[in-house]
Amino acid sequence: MVDLSLRLGVVAAGPQPILPLAASHLTYATASGTWVGPVDLTIGQTGATVVLGPNGAGKSILLRLLHGLLEPTTGSVSWNGRPLDRDTRRRQAMVFQDPVVLRRSVAANLRYALRIHGFRGAALRDQVDEWLCRAGLTQLARRPATVLSGGEKQRLAVARALCGRPEVLFLDEPGANLDGASIIAIEDLLRAARDGGTKLILVTHDLNQARRIADDVVFMVAGKAKERAPASQFFDAPATDEARAFIDGRIVL
Amino acid sequence: MQDFGDAFGLAFGLILGGDPDLAEIVGLSLRVTLIAVALSCAIGFPLGAATAIMRFPGRQGVVVAMNALMGLPPVVVGLLVYMLLSNAGPLGVLQLLYTPTAMIIAQCVLVTPIVAALTRQTVEDLAGEYDEQLRSLGVGVSGQAATLLWDARFSLLTTALAGFGRAIAEVGAVITVGGNIDHVTRVMTTAIAVETSKGNLGLALALGIILILLAMAVNGLAMTLRSQWMGRVYG
Repeated sequence: MVDLSLRLGVVAAGPQPILPLAASHLTYATASGTWVGPVDLTIGQTGATVVLGPNGAGKSILLRLLHGLLEPTTGSVSWNGRPLDRDTRRRQAMVFQDPVVLRRSVAANLRYALRIHGFRGAALRDQVDEWLCRAGLTQLARRPATVLSGGEKQRLAVARALCGRPEVLFLDEPGANLDGASIIAIEDLLRAARDGGTKLILVTHDLNQARRIADDVVFMVAGKAKERAPASQFFDAPATDEARAFIDGRIVL
Repeated sequence: MQDFGDAFGLAFGLILGGDPDLAEIVGLSLRVTLIAVALSCAIGFPLGAATAIMRFPGRQGVVVAMNALMGLPPVVVGLLVYMLLSNAGPLGVLQLLYTPTAMIIAQCVLVTPIVAALTRQTVEDLAGEYDEQLRSLGVGVSGQAATLLWDARFSLLTTALAGFGRAIAEVGAVITVGGNIDHVTRVMTTAIAVETSKGNLGLALALGIILILLAMAVNGLAMTLRSQWMGRVYG
């Protein structure tokens, strides 16, 4: 069977990449104060960008602003020069600190996300089985997702986010309050996704996790991006006093 | 106490005797109420879900009105539906007054605000939990409503049962628009009202007991189906 585009002499073009992601003079303020910004930031197409900083630095708010769950007070977020639209929304995903699981079985949670991405019939069933296997949840497929342990819920949330093969995956403290084995399982999924071409943008205050995953680091303090550097440079020779204090385990206010 | 004893005896005698008039009244009661509740759910579930997740000017007013309408006086509803369906009313041409259809309409008007208001509360609670996740997945408003209604389905069954309880026990509206015509629009509650007015307190009480047993049976059946459904969904 001859591809129609070849017969017509048309070069089939894939969809435009949605990265780089650019935040321009981004701020988020409420009546009680300014939580983020101004932040100017450009995030490239590959690897894992870790947003690091102490509690209350505005990391999670920044993540929600970038993902489009919060409207910035001023400034803008652009995806490869374009504002967020429905297509760009479908090509990214997010995993929350407290995993939100639908009140359905584990398999039905995956089925729900896969349907959104257009899977039907046998392909849908195959994908559900594949992601159950990848997340180590095959034995729990028919169990209500709400009764899973914290680590199992987070694995399900990560698998559900990844099953649509997002180009960008946002993660808000995905290892918070989890045991070591669960964190390793989740990081394995994330590394596989990164190696498969998914851009990871991960918020954490866990230095060890940042060291394991980060290709580059955005260091935030008091709502501002204080430092941006490749991971090795950031951890070996931080440029700011705040970053040095944070890495040394001294509290940064 | 003698009256109560007699009433229980009479009630069970009527049930066990398979009285055809009683069967007809019970059948009509169930038919009218179940259709009215089904229609109310068809309207109230999406209405409640939409009010829960959509933000629009005047939303708070809609929520207050919806809650207030839960306490609609049945007689007033009966009167309004009567005025709509009477020959002089805008829908008089349909000739529905004193038919089971009129009773269904009246019960539907009475029950829909209950279903909508309770659905709004249930869905709003769940939406607080799901909101960011669904938006993150790119689910639109109608998709969110469908997801929330589906995931709240076991709670919403209780909402439907609340509507059923209100409808099956209601007398003011159905007697106004149905007229309590024997073999046409006589239901349990209107029959009780008639027997009471005739002084047949024992028979009225017996019918009351049957009505309560009926309501309990429907609730019990719904709860059994719910647990079997949950078992099938979750294996």
